[in-house]
Amino acid sequence: MKKFFALMVALLMVFSFAACAQQATEAPQAAEAAPAAEEPAAEEAAAAEPEAVIDNPVIRLSTTTSVNDSGLLPYLQPYFEEDSGYQLEVTSAGTGAAIEKARNGDADCLLVHAKSSEEEYCSEGFGEVRVPFMYNYFVIVGPDSDPAGVKNAASASEAFKAIADAGAAFITRGDDSGTNKAELKIWTAAGIDPAGQDWYVNIGAGMGQALTTADEMQAYTLSDKATYLASENSLSLLLEKSDEMMNTYSMIAVTPERWPDTNYVGAEAFIAWMTSEKALDLIDSYGVEEYGEQLFFTIR
Amino acid sequence: MEYLIKAFSLLFGSDPELRQIIGVTLQMSFFSTTISSLFGIPLGILIGSSDFRGKKWVQRINNTLMGLPPVVAGLIVLLILSRSGPLGKLKLLYTVTAMVVAQVLLITPIITGLTATIVSIRAPQIRETAAGMGISPFKRMLYTAYDCRVQFVSTILAGFGRAIAEVGAVQIVGGNVQFKTRVMTTAIMLQTNMGHFEFAIALGLVLLIISFIINALVQKLSDGQAENA
Repeated sequence: MKKFFALMVALLMVFSFAACAQQATEAPQAAEAAPAAEEPAAEEAAAAEPEAVIDNPVIRLSTTTSVNDSGLLPYLQPYFEEDSGYQLEVTSAGTGAAIEKARNGDADCLLVHAKSSEEEYCSEGFGEVRVPFMYNYFVIVGPDSDPAGVKNAASASEAFKAIADAGAAFITRGDDSGTNKAELKIWTAAGIDPAGQDWYVNIGAGMGQALTTADEMQAYTLSDKATYLASENSLSLLLEKSDEMMNTYSMIAVTPERWPDTNYVGAEAFIAWMTSEKALDLIDSYGVEEYGEQLFFTIR
Repeated sequence: MEYLIKAFSLLFGSDPELRQIIGVTLQMSFFSTTISSLFGIPLGILIGSSDFRGKKWVQRINNTLMGLPPVVAGLIVLLILSRSGPLGKLKLLYTVTAMVVAQVLLITPIITGLTATIVSIRAPQIRETAAGMGISPFKRMLYTAYDCRVQFVSTILAGFGRAIAEVGAVQIVGGNVQFKTRVMTTAIMLQTNMGHFEFAIALGLVLLIISFIINALVQKLSDGQAENA
C-alpha cells in the first residue's frame, strides 16, 4: 500500500513537472508582446515605434465563431500584432452574445455579421460607425441523398420551401447568432413559419455542433462555408452563392462614452489595420491553399 | 432580489416551454438517479461490508471514476450511439434515453463510493452480531442495508444533485434539442451564449429552487423513517 502511494506521488510530481516545463516554454511567447519582459523589450519597442507610445497594449476583440473557428483570426493575429505592437485577446460566441459582451463593457472591438443587431447596438450609443469590410456566402448542406431536392433549387428560399414541403429534417441553430438570423430571414422570404414543426429541430448551439447534429440526424442546415469546410462531417454542399445568402462582416469600435476604460485607441488601430491593403490581401488569400478556394471576400 | 422575483414568476408562471424543460429535467434526473442507485447501492454494500480479493483495486477504480469528467462520459456515449458507432442502429442519440445512459455512467460510481463508506462504518459491528447469531452472509448484507437505509437517502440525493446540475454530458448526447432534450442546464448555457444573462440567472435560480424543494421533501420523508426506526 505504502509503495503504491509513493508511486502515485512520484507520478503526480512527474506530471506537474511536465506541466511546469510546458509553461516555461510558453512563457517567452507570451512575453514577446509584454513590455515588462527583459530580452524581448527591445523588439517590442521597435514594433511599437509607428504607434508612438501605446497606453494599453491589450485589445479585447469580441467576435463570432465563424471568424475564429474557421481559423481566419488566428491566421491574421500574428501579422497584426507584429505590425502594431498591440496584443489581441479574442473571445468568440454567437453574434447575439458577442454584441452583448460589448454592451456590458467586456470588449473593446466587435467583429460580427448581423446588420440589424449591429445597427440596433450603434443606435443605443455603444458604437459610432459600422465598418463593413468582408463577406462570404452561407451554404445549405445536407445528406448526400438530398431527399428534398435542394440541389435543383434556384434560390435559398426555394430550397427552404422544398425542405418544408418534403418535411425533411432541418437543424436550426436557434441561438440568436448571425447565421440563425440569416436563416430566419430566408424562411420569411419563403413565406413559411417553421417554428414548432416536427421536422424543424431547434438545438440552440453553435455552428460546429449544428453540423455534427445534422450529420448524425441526416438533416439539412444552413452554415457559413468556412465552418462547413473546417468541420469533419459527411454532409454535402447542396446550394451556395445565391444572393440571399450573402453574409457581410463588419467591425465596430466600442465607444468610450459608455465604458471609459475601453481601449478605443487600440480598437481604432485594429480597424485601420484590418482595412489596410496588406490585411485585405491576406484575407482574400486565406484558405486558398488549404481548401482550394477563397473563403472570405473583401470589400474595397 | 430582482432576479429572485423574476425566477419565482418564471417558476410559477405559465411559460409552456419552461414547464416542458423542467419536466424533461426531472424525468431525466429521476431515471438516472434510480438506475444508478439500483446498481450503486448493492455494489457499495458489497464493497463496504465484505472482504474479497482485489477489493482495494475495485475501490481505487471506483474512486477514480467518481471524478470522471462529464464531457468524457458524454463523448464515450456519443461514440457508441453515433450513426457510425456500434449501437447507431438503435437511433438513441439526441434522446432522453441517451442522456440517462451517460448520467448513469457518471453517477453510479458516486453512489457506489458513498454507500461503501457509509456501510464500512457500521459493517464490523453488524458482522460481530451476525456471527454470534449464526446468520448467513447474504442475510447479513440485507440487514446492513436495512440498518443504513436512512443514510442512503443522502447518498441518493447526492446522485440526484449531480444529475440535475450536470451539463457537459447531456449537451453532447442530448444535443439540446428544443421540446425534446433541452434541460435546465443546457437552457442556461444557451441563454448565456445568446447574451441573455438575466434570463440565464433566473433559470439558474429556478433550478436551485427545484433542487431545494426536492431536497426538503426527501429529507422530511427520511426524517419520518428515522423516527420509526
